[in-house]
Amino acid sequence: MTQARPGRLEKLPRSMLPKGRAFRQGPTALILLLPSLVVVFGIVLYPLLRTLYTSLFDVNSAFPGSYPFVGLGNYLEALERAEFWAAMLRTAYFTLSTTVLEVVLGILLGLLLNAEFRGRWLLRSIVILPWALPTVVNGAMWRWILNPSYGALNALLTQLHIIPEYRSWLGTPWMALNMVVIADVWKMTPLAAFFILAALQTIPRDLYEAAWVDGAGRLRTFFSITLPLLTPTILIILVLRTMEAFKVFDIIYVMTRGGPADGTQTIAYYTYVEAFSNQLFGYGAALAYVIALFILFFAIIYMRLLRRGEVEY
Amino acid sequence: MRTSLAFKVFIYVAAVFASVVILAPFAWLIISSVAAPADLLSKPLRWIPAHASLSRYADIFFGADSETVVTFRAAMVNSTIVAASSVLISLGVGIFGAYAFARLQFRFQRGILLLFLSTYMLPPIAILISLYLMMVQLHLLDTKLGLILVYCSFITPFVLWIMSGYFRSIPRDLEDAARIDGCSRIGALFRVVLPLARPGLLATALFGFLLAWDEFLYALIFTSSLNSKTIPVAIAEFTGRHAVDFGMMTTGGVLASLPPLVIAFVFQRYIVGGLASGAVKG
Amino acid sequence: MSAGERSNERRKLSRREFLELGAAGTGLLLLSGCGGGQSAGSGTLNALFMKQAAYSETDVKNMTEQFQKQNPDINVNLTFVAYEALHDKIVAAAPAGTYDTVLVDVVWPAEFASKKMIVDITDRFPESERSKIFSGALKTTEYEGRYYGVPWILDTKYFYYNKSMLGEASVNSPPDTWDGVVEAARAMKSKGVVEYPLVWSWAQAEAIICDYATLLGAYGGQFFDERGKPAFNTGGGLQALEFMRMTLDEKISNPASTESLEEDVRRIISQGEAAMVLNWTYMFSLTNDPNESQVAGQIDIAHTPKGPAGTPGVNGSMGMAIANGSQNQDAAWKYIQFMTSQKIQNQYAELSLPIWKSSYDDKQVVQALPQVVPIAKEQLNDMILRPVVPQYNDVSHTLQVEIQQALAGDKTPKQALDDAAKEVAETLKS
Repeated sequence: MTQARPGRLEKLPRSMLPKGRAFRQGPTALILLLPSLVVVFGIVLYPLLRTLYTSLFDVNSAFPGSYPFVGLGNYLEALERAEFWAAMLRTAYFTLSTTVLEVVLGILLGLLLNAEFRGRWLLRSIVILPWALPTVVNGAMWRWILNPSYGALNALLTQLHIIPEYRSWLGTPWMALNMVVIADVWKMTPLAAFFILAALQTIPRDLYEAAWVDGAGRLRTFFSITLPLLTPTILIILVLRTMEAFKVFDIIYVMTRGGPADGTQTIAYYTYVEAFSNQLFGYGAALAYVIALFILFFAIIYMRLLRRGEVEY
Repeated sequence: MRTSLAFKVFIYVAAVFASVVILAPFAWLIISSVAAPADLLSKPLRWIPAHASLSRYADIFFGADSETVVTFRAAMVNSTIVAASSVLISLGVGIFGAYAFARLQFRFQRGILLLFLSTYMLPPIAILISLYLMMVQLHLLDTKLGLILVYCSFITPFVLWIMSGYFRSIPRDLEDAARIDGCSRIGALFRVVLPLARPGLLATALFGFLLAWDEFLYALIFTSSLNSKTIPVAIAEFTGRHAVDFGMMTTGGVLASLPPLVIAFVFQRYIVGGLASGAVKG
Repeated sequence: MSAGERSNERRKLSRREFLELGAAGTGLLLLSGCGGGQSAGSGTLNALFMKQAAYSETDVKNMTEQFQKQNPDINVNLTFVAYEALHDKIVAAAPAGTYDTVLVDVVWPAEFASKKMIVDITDRFPESERSKIFSGALKTTEYEGRYYGVPWILDTKYFYYNKSMLGEASVNSPPDTWDGVVEAARAMKSKGVVEYPLVWSWAQAEAIICDYATLLGAYGGQFFDERGKPAFNTGGGLQALEFMRMTLDEKISNPASTESLEEDVRRIISQGEAAMVLNWTYMFSLTNDPNESQVAGQIDIAHTPKGPAGTPGVNGSMGMAIANGSQNQDAAWKYIQFMTSQKIQNQYAELSLPIWKSSYDDKQVVQALPQVVPIAKEQLNDMILRPVVPQYNDVSHTLQVEIQQALAGDKTPKQALDDAAKEVAETLKS
């Protein structure tokens, strides 16, 4: 597909845009955006604000009523609780390991998917499968594979004599967290791979030709040409997956329910426990906004990266 | 170019290796669903079951435990209706907004897009109770419509983001030509831009469908009866009930995966195109 | 009725919110009233139950059908959810009044009653009725002297053992003390009868606290002392955890225990891979059913073993309560009365024994579970309760995590329980 040539007008700073009817596009834009605004904020705005409001009170039941006002008390309490920081640490570890693994494996897989060979369409179809699998099924499937008494992983490793006997994989906190990482990476790497594939396809062949003419080997070409051009996409994947990882809940719910010994209790799961199990809705609301602030931080980075990306092109 | 034999072999080996790693867990899921209980619990594990049968599938479809049949069927129908409707509505609504972001200049353009994307920042747990109360007051609890509205609220920003990038990548000249010929902007949108944007639309539809099909927490809390229970909730309950009946659990898992897998398989060639213009180039 | 009463300082905003929500609530009342006039004690009920709650779903459906036949003007919609989801569903549904009756676990009335989520039914539940029920059962739905529901499922964890495996290790009668259990386990392990004679449900869930409570009671421990301060980190409470850890260290307990729930325990003993376990009443028929178990006929049931201080079983009962948001409380009460009636409970005794004392001499009940009934009669009179505090979930969670850390060897039992005690004290302060 051809690249778009930005119109002349889009390069002008706003103040220099011709004024006049044709260029007061605000109202048109508003009409076009109105349905989207209604659909999104009609549903989301009131609960969003309501939760923010709730986070300022010490709410300990789901019923409406008057609760003591604590201002930023819930937020401060979160920062003081060891459980909160432990959950943050786990989330950070989960986020870091899943995104790094997904990017690295995604690049390798993307390169493979981009290479020319017969049956490439088959590989592309296969690669999509884990990503299409519902998260709930993914979690249940890995639980079965990791079963300490009958699981396939135990069977495989003992039959290959890699481990002497069946062992527990979800029974200790550290191991369980890593297993959840693996389950997530298995499911989401295909997405990263497709992002990379899309980016690879926009790299003009002339660059590769030129490198070959200059005598560069495959590896050299990859590191000096491909990788730098992939950088914007990699950054995008990193930020997107980070945002998602901070919210991770479903797979924890199905695979480990936060255990063992809270070993897989990520910040989103911690929020759920505080809100529903302990009915501390004020505190839960504050936690949710803390998560949101962290994600906002990454979203801003993303927007900056995009802007920079456009200029480079 | 330099397609030496060694390299070609390497590629094929890598492809096979990747396929195995990717397919193995899922293959095991399928095998488990047809294996006899004795095979599942055998030590050392028999990879090829000695007695394979489709009896569990038969049970689910025709079986004595009719509650499972009814639940599964209802959940499949609900998930399909909810996911399809959410995607259609979100696309229908989002296309116009995406066009605005792509082709028009207006104040706070970036800010408004960021505003939409910011709705992804709040974890669902945050607005759950308030949203639940809203649903109650609007009598939307345990209804498909309620779920559809909620899902549209998070699929639409996605449509806006991907499609605006996609529209931007379509050359203006074609549109300008149509408008010179007398088409209105909207007419140009429908007659020129959208047909060209088909790959992006399909990719977005696919993404949106998978997002909706996969959604768990809202479905868990907002649904209770077969009126609106979706597949993820049904599966979570099913796997809870058959926590130790691994055969049944895996059977349910396979069935629940079929629709999204089939759809992803059919539309996968549009994904790359959609991602290329939409997400990668912003 | 849905607004919580607080006598604290009210800020202006919260009063406005109160009014606004009161208006919404009234609106809701009016809207629901539009569904046709409902006289007291009739209409549609939404009942929330648990999957695999002793009674099977089919049983509950049959019971409900009988009720509907007797009360043609009441229609009951049943919802079943897994135990893990039950508490959260009740919480989420409370402000909306989605359910009329809910099934509550013995550890929840404190929380639900103090937050006014379930109705005080003491006045509907006369002493004359209550005296016919096991006192241990009544504690299930009692909070601060008032009753918030009627016990429905009376359950405790019994001691199950595999006769033939014990026989192979020359243990000819089931051990009746915890020390005896350990000895028997060691004997079986050394004779190669089974690799891990014991298996427990020690996953991070309420199940681990049930086992811990049983042992804590056996060793004479307390969760809280008379002043309400945590006391589980000394005496019997500490010994209980040390016992649990010891059996893992000595490898007489299956290491998979820390990932297992009751169903996993049932499966493992049914596969012949364990010899002695604790589990609820429901397991008895299933482990002796040749369709479900490879050791059918070999599993027998007994009283929980004795520790230095006694043989209490953990009170794992559940009760039916009326949700505060119900518009049909009279009909809901009729339903509860029916479901908990002696006639119905005797009829379905096979999966869950009745709450009524005289039932245990009733032929129908005894025949349903002949081996279990005599044991149950004794055990059900001697049950230990887990802490009755509104913040129970938080307390339980803290204990679960610390106990698991001790079992994993990350902390000593003393360290773990001390940390738990500190955190629990903090939680209770708020």
